[in-house]
Amino acid sequence: MPTLTLALAQITTRLGDVAANLEKHLNLIAEARAQGADLIMFPELSLTGYVLQDLTPEVALRPTGADPLFKPLLEASKDIDLLVGFVEAERRHRFYIAAAYLSQGEVIHVHRKVYLPTYGLFDEGRFFAWGDRVRAFDTRFGRCGVLICEDFWHASPPYLLWLDGADLMLFTSASPGRGLNQEPRLESARWVEQINQAYASLFTTFVAHANRVGFEDGLNFWGGATVFDPEGRRLAHGPYHEEALTLAELDLDQLHRTRARLPLLRDERTALMQRELQRILSTDQE
Amino acid sequence: MDPARALEINTDLARKVLTEWLRTEIQRHGFRRAVVGLSGGVDSALSCTLAAEALGPENVLAVRMPYRTSAPESYDHAGLVIEATDVQEITVPITDMVDPLFERFPEADRVRRGNAMARARMIVLFDQSMAFEGLVVGTGNKTEILLGYTTLYGDSACALNPIGDLYKTQVRQLARAVGVPQVIIEKAPSADLWQGQTDEGELGFTYDEVDKLLYLLVDARYSPEGCVAAGFAPEFVERVIALVRRNQFKRVLPPIAKLSNRTVGYDFLYLRDWGT
Repeated sequence: MPTLTLALAQITTRLGDVAANLEKHLNLIAEARAQGADLIMFPELSLTGYVLQDLTPEVALRPTGADPLFKPLLEASKDIDLLVGFVEAERRHRFYIAAAYLSQGEVIHVHRKVYLPTYGLFDEGRFFAWGDRVRAFDTRFGRCGVLICEDFWHASPPYLLWLDGADLMLFTSASPGRGLNQEPRLESARWVEQINQAYASLFTTFVAHANRVGFEDGLNFWGGATVFDPEGRRLAHGPYHEEALTLAELDLDQLHRTRARLPLLRDERTALMQRELQRILSTDQE
Repeated sequence: MDPARALEINTDLARKVLTEWLRTEIQRHGFRRAVVGLSGGVDSALSCTLAAEALGPENVLAVRMPYRTSAPESYDHAGLVIEATDVQEITVPITDMVDPLFERFPEADRVRRGNAMARARMIVLFDQSMAFEGLVVGTGNKTEILLGYTTLYGDSACALNPIGDLYKTQVRQLARAVGVPQVIIEKAPSADLWQGQTDEGELGFTYDEVDKLLYLLVDARYSPEGCVAAGFAPEFVERVIALVRRNQFKRVLPPIAKLSNRTVGYDFLYLRDWGT
């Protein structure tokens, strides 16, 4: 039975202190390895902290072995696959909120956040460039897709990953907690968990989510890592508002069993979708 | 929407987030201790209790700062909180600080006097902050921040504020949950700046009423017309909106006139937690 032991690290970070955050990554990577994990995922901007503002250019790096702060991660990925969050500086000095998937000492994939929330308490569009690719990629556990926070508040990126072959969706967040009411979790936590479960169910796929914890000025980050299986069942749930390493066993054969019963992927009418989308986009919308 | 119901909070969750926030945000800047001005009212009782829970009571200094006309029960109620939380305490009367000013300006009305008292207390608190090596924990709630029912550089001055996103009615819920003495939660709120002053008497409406309205206006983004349709009197809605707008100056840092390419407040943007 092919299984994947997935570790979700929900951590607090030091704002703008990449070296300190790197050390925490390496410690947790060692711990996850000791617990038998095959892949460990870290939250959005896990190497830098979230509300970077004018720190953005200072903490940006290029995800290669030439970068002294990235090199130890490539080394560590020889024993366990990694998904880490960072600010990517590209050649022409545009800065992206990015997540890199590392395996066997190589960078397999970099996702640049495609939706930058710039409303309410969010100001990402002011400091970051918009990514413009949503691509699935092959790993030793099958085809995966990575999205960062606001990316999966929109339905289209997960949908594209699904069509591009992702059977394991890896979502990362630095989600500020908000919406206190009578419930035992914040509104933002309820929302994110609800849509993660919905994607797992709608796409009959695995959906894992790693979110950070801790505080930045007045903001709190709520943690609550989750993994849902292709039946929409929750396999793991990290605690709220505290650091934790949450492990989940993913029985990858569940994809076969669920899709044999429920062929949503087989029956997806992509040509119809494309046709109608073209019509909608070419018609004057008032 | 039923705003009264929407204002009900999960006090376990609020308590967990706020105590962890206080501990983290104080310690990440190299401090272990806190200073709280304890008035005898529910807001400062809650802030003090949260700080004691976050840092340990031995690391919290409660400061009582009576003026000669302050109500004796304010002092006694603050004592109940000190007893219940086991925090450290000091009493620094402000009479000798402010009376010379009042003698120099005998015509000063009670608002001027009240403001001077609130600012004298701020001086004492920040002096104790240095002496005790603790950060001043704020005691202003969301209702008074929005209405501007506060003295700028007086009672609103602090290093960080755990309760500023809780309406007064929510402060009461959380105060009950963390064990603030009943008599403090139930008494009429008062700044106690002059004899017989009460918040609700001065404002002309109750916290229960205005919290529901503010929830609709601010949190649920209702239009003024929507609030009237929801059952609030038009003049009440207008008056509250005017108070909120008129007091914006108390909620922001003073603007700096921009001349250079990079100006503090506009395009020099870092969180206070920068590097921590």
